[in-house]
Parts: sequence; structure tokens; C-alpha cells
Amino acid sequence: MNSTAASAYDFRHSPAIDQVGVEERISRLSKRSIKKESKLAALKLALSMVDLTTLEARDTPGKVRQLCVKAMHPHDSVSNIPPVAAVCVYPNLVRVAKETLKGSKVKVAAVSTAFPSGMSKRKVKLEETKWAVDEGADEIDMVISRGKFLTGEYNYVFDEIAAVKEACGKAHLKVILETGELSTLDNVRRASDIAMDAGADFIKTSTGKIQPAATLPVTMVMLEAIRDYYYRTGKKIGMKPAGGIATSKIAFNYLVVLRETLGEDWLNADLFRFGASTLANDLLMQIVKEQTGIYQSIDYFSKD
Amino acid sequence: MAKKKAKEVKVNFKTSWEYAAAPESKDHIRLKDKYDLFINGKFTAPKSGKYFDTINPATEKSLAQVAEASEEDVNIAVAAARNAYDKVWSKIPAKERGKYIYRIARAIQERAREFAVIESMDGGKPIRESRDVDVPLAAAHFFYYAGWADKMEYAAPGKKVRPLGVAGQIIPWNFPMLMAAWKIAPAIAAGNTVVLKPAETTSLTALKLAEVIQESGLPEGVVNIITGAGATGAALVNHPGINKIAFTGSTEVGKIIQRAISGTQKKYTLELGGKAANIIFEDAAIDQAVEGIINGIFFNQGHVCCAGSRLFVQESVADIVIRKLKDRMETLIVGDPLDKNTDIGAINSKEQLSKIKQYIKIGINEGGEHYEPSCSIPSKGFFHRPTLFTNVAQSSRIVQEEIFGPVLAVQTFRTVEEVIEKANNIPYGLSGGVWTDKGSKIFKVTSQIRAGVIWANTYNKFDPTSPFGGYKESGVGREGGLHGVMPYVEVIHA
Repeated sequence: MNSTAASAYDFRHSPAIDQVGVEERISRLSKRSIKKESKLAALKLALSMVDLTTLEARDTPGKVRQLCVKAMHPHDSVSNIPPVAAVCVYPNLVRVAKETLKGSKVKVAAVSTAFPSGMSKRKVKLEETKWAVDEGADEIDMVISRGKFLTGEYNYVFDEIAAVKEACGKAHLKVILETGELSTLDNVRRASDIAMDAGADFIKTSTGKIQPAATLPVTMVMLEAIRDYYYRTGKKIGMKPAGGIATSKIAFNYLVVLRETLGEDWLNADLFRFGASTLANDLLMQIVKEQTGIYQSIDYFSKD
Repeated sequence: MAKKKAKEVKVNFKTSWEYAAAPESKDHIRLKDKYDLFINGKFTAPKSGKYFDTINPATEKSLAQVAEASEEDVNIAVAAARNAYDKVWSKIPAKERGKYIYRIARAIQERAREFAVIESMDGGKPIRESRDVDVPLAAAHFFYYAGWADKMEYAAPGKKVRPLGVAGQIIPWNFPMLMAAWKIAPAIAAGNTVVLKPAETTSLTALKLAEVIQESGLPEGVVNIITGAGATGAALVNHPGINKIAFTGSTEVGKIIQRAISGTQKKYTLELGGKAANIIFEDAAIDQAVEGIINGIFFNQGHVCCAGSRLFVQESVADIVIRKLKDRMETLIVGDPLDKNTDIGAINSKEQLSKIKQYIKIGINEGGEHYEPSCSIPSKGFFHRPTLFTNVAQSSRIVQEEIFGPVLAVQTFRTVEEVIEKANNIPYGLSGGVWTDKGSKIFKVTSQIRAGVIWANTYNKFDPTSPFGGYKESGVGREGGLHGVMPYVEVIHA
């Protein structure tokens, strides 16, 4: 991968996006009614897609260990509850997470490339990525250089993603576009195209540090970009909305948009994730409600 | 190798996670076994003594019996309307008229759920549409024209206007409630009284509206609602006591009406058929345009006079657009109109379903490439899958004639001039759509298409303030906005 690959596709010519049309489509999809068996299935599916996340400077090894246990055993007092997809932490806590999750299928994701701003030089970003992978990260969540993107230096953004991808080795690369700083859906689409062509395994909306974080319109535009890329190349790229998805009801809206844009192949944690911290407990509360008929207080669910 | 691989690439919409049935409750719906005619503020048995069944097209079961108005009944209704006009409605202060119309609007809002459910049961349209479009828009029309009632003296600056008298109004089965609102609201706001005849397959919401009108205290005889089929409509059109005919329906019947009233003093507005061109340029926001095509043709099962039934795609994006259309059609849910997840409900009647099937045969015989998604449809009731025809010619009957069903004919074009010529090369001129990211192109193309309504980068947007109506065989006159109230008044140049 290098800049010549980028020149094969002119990113200035990414398809136009009509924001009004996108919002209308979202409003229509948000009216899908999810009930009964369909609801329980959606709750479990959503839980299995969660990247349990803690990204605070005050994070401790103890907190990360707790989060990992929660990831593997979200709520053992009820049977048939799936583990979440991954735990997402800063690179310096990857080793702790990896050790705690040993033997489970839960992956460790590490944010990298001077997360969340990305305001550093490439050498530092690559070194940080390699370090996180050496520590045991299965997945790397990088941020794009939004400043370079907004000035139109698309090749710079492309090359940087390609270089990080190389540094990832076998680890999966999620590329965070930080859509809250891209301002238009046209930019979201263009950044998605760049990231996928440069080697992203997943494209991700947000760091969670900037408002607005994930939104349904942004997510749909990214899913449509993934669909076009799939038809163009045959490759299936994953999607991760992150930040601001706190309730089951909102998560359902995302699953509906996913189902009606990319269908069956994407309805699993290999190709779709929720970057969230509080969502998991809301999903658990609803699952317990569906299975027992009793809506329990939040005190019955561990806060990690 | 690359070619072989490309063939395998296909999004699979047969998902393991499905939506469970989510039917809107109809427990709160109270329908009478038998509905009489609404004349002079009361429900009265027809002189004919005859009733006919109105069925639910999704189940083929009868919902209720509806009176069939004979010529004698029409005479009584027109006399009631005339009496109300002479004695009350033309005499009371204009702001009083507005008060009653506001009251009707609010009552529709209060009973919105009931109206929506009955509309879906009687007509087959998905509850999502009757709930989110038909009923709110019907209320909006009453609200809007209520505002005009006491402002009519400003409708024609420098001149005076006066109401015409009694309006005979005949409405179609595709938007029963909404069309009743389009007709009644401007007529009575301007000071006329009306005799309205809903379509014979979809009379129930109009009769429920009669209940609302009764409860609103509107003076007796200002609005009369009589039910029946073509013969009832003909008696209304030919009645000498009618000052104005407002008709929405087929071009065929529109022409009969025009002939029938020629040589009389009756004024008329006709809102007839259409065969709209929906034009997608290569620089359009393609995914949103595809959504617009879907809404344009599959809204209300395609039973829409302004449906975007002819799609023109610029050749450079034709393959992509058609692929995306087919993918999108895979996700359309066809079924129970009362299910909140249903996108396409039941075809309104057996006759209409067989007409659609007939046109599909014609399309195939003409050499069109026929495509339907794989979705299942209920075994009972009148249902049809959304349908796409590619490889059709400008001379194809499915391109020239109005089907009034979920059937889209796709043609491609190379230049702007070519698409304008093709879009206009049709006896109709009701509506159209243009999709491009370039503002200048929107103005260039829309100004040259001969149609009453043209949407740019959207489709099927309605608002009570906006006039609606057709060119050529799509009709005469406008409904909606100030334009919609003017056909109900005489302008006095004094």
C-alpha cells in the first residue's frame, strides 16, 4: 500500500451525500418496531457486539481487570448471556487486559496514534501502534489526522493509515474518522473511502471525546460507503459507531440501519461493534426483563 | 477471475434476525354494521334502500355495509346543501366559518389513531403512511383553510370575491381521508356548501369524518356525504343545482365529466392521472436518490397520481442505480397494512390488482426486463410485489400509460436535452422529480418540464400551502394554497 493506490481512486469524487435525504431515511428506519422474540434476539446480538470501553487517564489496572471480567461474564445469574466482543483500553493497559482475558474469545482493542487528537508525528504513531501490538492488542483503534483531511491533504491521510496498517501486523485496524470534527456528511463519506482504500478493517465514527459522537445519519453514510466498497472490491469492511449509544432502544436503531443496509453478513461482532461503556448494562437490564418479566433496578447489575 | 469474483458479491438480506409482527391494535375501532348517507347533519337511510359491502383488501372480509345513494338521494343532498348555503353559510360572519373548520381539524387530530387504523383497514395502505402522512396532512388542510375563512377579502387584492354556492365533490380511493380534506376544507372556508362522494371501495373514513363534522356542530347541510359508485357520481355531476364540480380520479372519468358539464354554468377542477418522470443525473447523491425513487413509486402501493412511475437514469450511473434499487427493494416489507413495519400494504381492490397484473404481462410481452424482489406476500388479500422493468422503450405501453400500482419503468439517457424531451413526451403532466447535486441544473431542467409539481432532490412532499395540479391530461385547476381556494369563488371586478 502506498500513495499510488490512492491515485487509482480520486477521493475528491466520492459520491455526494444529501443530508436531508439521509435524515429522512433515518427517521423512517427509526420507526421500525422491535418486539417480542425479535427484541430479545436484538438485545443479545447487540451485547455480543459491544466493545466495553474505558479511556480515562485515571484508569487503573484494577479497573481494567474488572472490566475484563464483566466482558467475559456480563451477568452470570441469568443463563445464555453472551460475552461482549472486546475490551477497549489505552496501550499501557493492554497487557493487564490481555492477561485477564486469557482463554476467552474476548478481544483486546487498544487506541493508538496519539489518541484522541492524533496531533503527533507519524514516527510516534507507528511506534505507539507497534508497542500496543507487542503488548498483545488484537485490534488497534487509530485516529485519522483531521487537520490534514480538512486541508485537503487526502494522500497524507491515506499514507498514514496505510503505514499504521503495516505497523499493525496481524492486529485488526479500526480507523476512527472522528466524524464530529468533519462537519459534513460529504466529508464523512470521503474519509470512509480513504480509510477503506488505505487498508482499514473497520471504520469507526468517534473517539468519544468529541461531541457529537456517533449518530445514526453518520453511521448510515459509513455503512453505505462500506456497501459500495464491497461491491467494488469484494472485501467486507466492519463498522463501529462509538460514543453516545447508551440505551437498548438507540442500539436497536443502529441494528435496523445495519440490517437494511448491509444485511446478514454484517450482523455479527466480526463486522459490527458498538463502542460503548454504559450500553452493556442497559442491554442486560432489558434481557433480564424479557427473560423474567421483571424489570430490576440498576443496583442488580455490576458497574465496572 | 475478477469478473467471476464480482458476480459472487451480493448483499444478503435474508437475515437471521427478523422483525416480529408488530400489528397496530384495532381494539378501539368501533365500526357500525351499516352506514347511512350523511345529509343535512343526520345519518339517513337511502331512498334506494340499497347497501353494498366495503371490504378490507388485506383480508377480503367485509368491514361494513354502506348506503348506495340513488338519484333521488342526490337530489335531497343537493337540496340540503342549497338550503344551508342560502339560509346559513352565506350569511354567518366569515370568522364563524373558520371556527367550525378549526374545530374539525382539532377533532381529526384527537381521533388520529382511529382514522389511521380505519384508513388502513378499508384501503389497504400501510399504517405507517396513514398514521404519518394521510391523517396529519388531512388535519393540516383543515387548519390551513380555516385560516383563510375570514381573510378571503384579501385573496384577490383590489377585488371582491364571493362563494359559488353548492359544490359537488367526487374523490378517489387512493387517499380517501386526505382527498376529502383537500375538497371540503377550501370549499367551506370560502363559503360554499358541499355534497361529497367518496369512492365506493373506501367510504369509511369519509363517513367517520361525517361523525366528526356532526360533533363539531357545523350547521346542518353545509357538508353532506353520500356514498355510492359511478351512477351516484354521475347524478351529482349532472344535477342542475350544482355550481361547481371538483373531481379527483382517472383521466377517463375526468373527460366524461368535462363532456357532461360543457354548455352549463358549472365551474370545475379536475385532478387526473399522471406518469411522472423521476430523473437521476450522474452527479446526484445516489443513495438518497434511490430512496427517493422507492418513495416515489412504492408509496401507497403506487396508487398515487403523482407517482414517479417513469425513472430516467443517466447512463454513466445506470448500472449502479439499478443495482442499488434492486438491493433496496429486497428490504421492502410487503404485508399486513396494520403492521407498523409494513412498507407496502394491500392493493386497493381485486380489479386494481388484475389491472396491475395485466400491465405486467404487457410489459413482459413488450420485451421489458422484469424484476421483483424475493419477499413473500400474504396468500389471502390483494397483494403485489414491488416491480421493476428495465430495457423498456418510450413507446412501451408500461411507459406511456398510468398503471396506478407498484411498477417502475426504467429508461436511461445521455444528455439533458434528451431527458427533457422524453419526460415531456407523454399525454400527462402532473408531477416530476429531478435529482442532481448541481443547483443550476435543477433550475434548467425543472423549468422545461411541463408538469404541475416538480420536486428536486426529494419526492412526494405535500403541504397545504402548496398548490397541486396538472398540465395536459393530468387535469385542470389547482388544489392547495391560495390557488386551491380560488376555484371556489367568483372574482368580482368592481
